[in-house]
Amino acid sequence: MSGSEPKTEIIEADILVIGGGTGGPMAAIKAKEANPGLRVVLMEKANVKRSGAISMGMDGLNNAVVPGYATPEQYVKEITVANDGIVDQKAVMAYATGSFPMIQYLDKLGVKFEKDGSGEYNMRKVHHMGTYVLPMPEGHNVKKVLYRQLRRLQVAVTNRYMATRLLKSTDGRIAGAVGVNTRTSEFLVVRAKAVVLACGAAGRLGLPASGYMFGTYENAANCGDGYAMAYHAGAELANLECYQINPLIKDYNGPSCAYVTGPFGGYTANNKGDRFIECDYWSGQMMLEFWRELQSGNGPVYLKMDHLAEETISEIETILHTNERPSRGRFHERRGNDYRKRPVEMHISEIGFCSGHSASGVRVDEFARTTIPGLYAVGDMASVPHNYMLGAFVNGGIAGADAAAYCDGADLPTYDEGALLSEKARVLAPTRRDDGLTPHEMEFKTRRLVNDYLEPPKVTAKMEIAQRRFAEIREDLHYLCARDPHELHRALEMQSILDCADMAAAASLYRTESRWGFYHLRVDYPETDPDWFCHTGLYKDDNGRMAHRKREVAPYVVPVAEDEMAAYHQLRVKTPAAAE
Amino acid sequence: MPIITESKSAAVVIDEAKCIAEKGCTVCVDVCPLDILAIDEGRRKAYMKYDECWYCMPCEADCPTGAVKVNIPYLLR
Ligand SMILES: Cc1cc2nc3c(=O)[nH]c(=O)nc-3n(C[C@H](O)[C@H](O)[C@H](O)COP(=O)(O)OP(=O)(O)OC[C@H]3O[C@@H](n4cnc5c(N)ncnc54)[C@H](O)[C@@H]3O)c2cc1C
Ligand code: SF4
Ligand code: SF4
Repeated sequence: MSGSEPKTEIIEADILVIGGGTGGPMAAIKAKEANPGLRVVLMEKANVKRSGAISMGMDGLNNAVVPGYATPEQYVKEITVANDGIVDQKAVMAYATGSFPMIQYLDKLGVKFEKDGSGEYNMRKVHHMGTYVLPMPEGHNVKKVLYRQLRRLQVAVTNRYMATRLLKSTDGRIAGAVGVNTRTSEFLVVRAKAVVLACGAAGRLGLPASGYMFGTYENAANCGDGYAMAYHAGAELANLECYQINPLIKDYNGPSCAYVTGPFGGYTANNKGDRFIECDYWSGQMMLEFWRELQSGNGPVYLKMDHLAEETISEIETILHTNERPSRGRFHERRGNDYRKRPVEMHISEIGFCSGHSASGVRVDEFARTTIPGLYAVGDMASVPHNYMLGAFVNGGIAGADAAAYCDGADLPTYDEGALLSEKARVLAPTRRDDGLTPHEMEFKTRRLVNDYLEPPKVTAKMEIAQRRFAEIREDLHYLCARDPHELHRALEMQSILDCADMAAAASLYRTESRWGFYHLRVDYPETDPDWFCHTGLYKDDNGRMAHRKREVAPYVVPVAEDEMAAYHQLRVKTPAAAE
Repeated sequence: MPIITESKSAAVVIDEAKCIAEKGCTVCVDVCPLDILAIDEGRRKAYMKYDECWYCMPCEADCPTGAVKVNIPYLLR
């Protein structure tokens, strides 16, 4: 890159939302609805029109709490049980009570949900206990609807700016963030009273088995920047050892999707065509049974639909091939896969962080507040478990409204100038060299090591090797070289990925037990230990080192009986032999 | 270490006869979440510049002339 220094622009706002995917736009919208006078800036690495997990739309709501089908209490119980009891129930309850009003709000804005002849929502059962899935066969307009609302409410959008670090005031409050343009490398400093992090999952942590770096389950733009920024700002992150690992179409590496096909009669089967799990809802326990089936020699595991009627299959095809991941159809076509004739081969995804499907993330309470005053986190990167798309919307809305109230009467904090200068130096370092290591090779190596040493079953000795190898890569950052703004953007992402890899290893080593099925299966500590019935917190201590603490599970607002707690541990289909 | 350039196949293909980038269109470039498409300054046509595709398809869905075809990247095809 040329030697001239990129420009820096500094702007002021009341609320800065980082990430314009799902939860971020809703935070901006609800902040503006709460107080139209607020200056709300939405900073997005890509383009809010088509960014994030729902860039093409969505196949359905995975966790809709709809009156007549489930109560918020039932939902809180289900999620508590699915997470081995380690949940902040107040936060799950805040989601559950906000769920139906949010569906009605989205419906009013023009998002299409499946309804029956009398206009009622067409709910389907996928979870182990209750009924929470609401299909969206015409769910492709979600981003358009959000964008229209952002325009209507005059939210200021800055596309193609990647946030790299949060800024704080000397008294510890949030004061804004630093962004870097992914096409020009120019800096944008947004000063703000409150900041909402909505940067999605850490989806580029493990390497997909295909070896294609961007063939991830998550939108590959979601590489863990949010976790890295929160960590460096001193926020606490919860339960990062509870990885996201999903059952996906082999090689394609996207959902198949059992949530869509299940209610139509499709199911997960082994190579004999037999069911081996009772419930296809994604949980650590389900993934453990999936992994065991592969280990046992009964693999591959398939999604089986070839027993279904033609009209059912064509309906499934229309949903799966036109909506959230339309390239599914294209993939099957090349392989000669036809749901009518052959089951779809599935495999286990790379690891990642994502509360959308598991239970880790930046620690937040029922108001989406992090441990830093004025800093919020929502969606896949915040610690509310199994939140999915509707959770990102609901918690985004909660954060937006709470941040609007927080801004009322608050002054605009002054950020630490030294922190900005050192961040600029860090960002630009890879541009100061003419040769060295490319962002791709450094990212590939980091992620390859994640696969080699961090994937469950987790082995202490392997995770310690991982830490040493990550430290070597960190030393190699002195050679990281970016020759243009696009490469610089990848170089910065690579550093977030390395931070997340370090956090994954440290968090997994800290919890000396096994929990959440496959997500935290530790070979050296195979049992679940009541002493570890707690959240773990990971944070940067005053010496800049990674530190941990245990956090008590707050008293439940919805009691769960002992025998109910084990429901997700009995997912394996009982064979006659096993029943004897 | 000096940096070398390697060749890759482009999974995202633009039909140049249909692409109207020379008239100012940049839609596919604008919407791509991974920012991997660009307009070739000389030919004034869109092309896949980086092999970093999530095969998500907004580029294809939003192109006003139907010029974009997203193929599954070879490594996972
Ligand atoms: C393939 C797939 C299928 C799914 N299917 C379903 C389903 O059927 N039903 C369901 O309920 N849920 C589903 N989910 C889950 C759901 O989509 C997510 O939980 C939800 O969309 C997450 O919202 P979010 O706002 O946290 O993240 P996202 O919507 O992904 O948004 C994150 C945004 O942050 C931006 N960003 C990242 N880093 C930075 C940075 N440094 N600076 C600025 N911006 C940044 C990204 O570009 C992105 O736009 C699915 C997810 C995937 C990946
Ligand atoms: S959207 Fe279509 S017409 Fe426009 S630049 Fe891209 S390929 Fe060309
Ligand atoms: S498929 Fe997605 S990632 Fe690939 S070029 Fe098109 S918009 Fe970009």
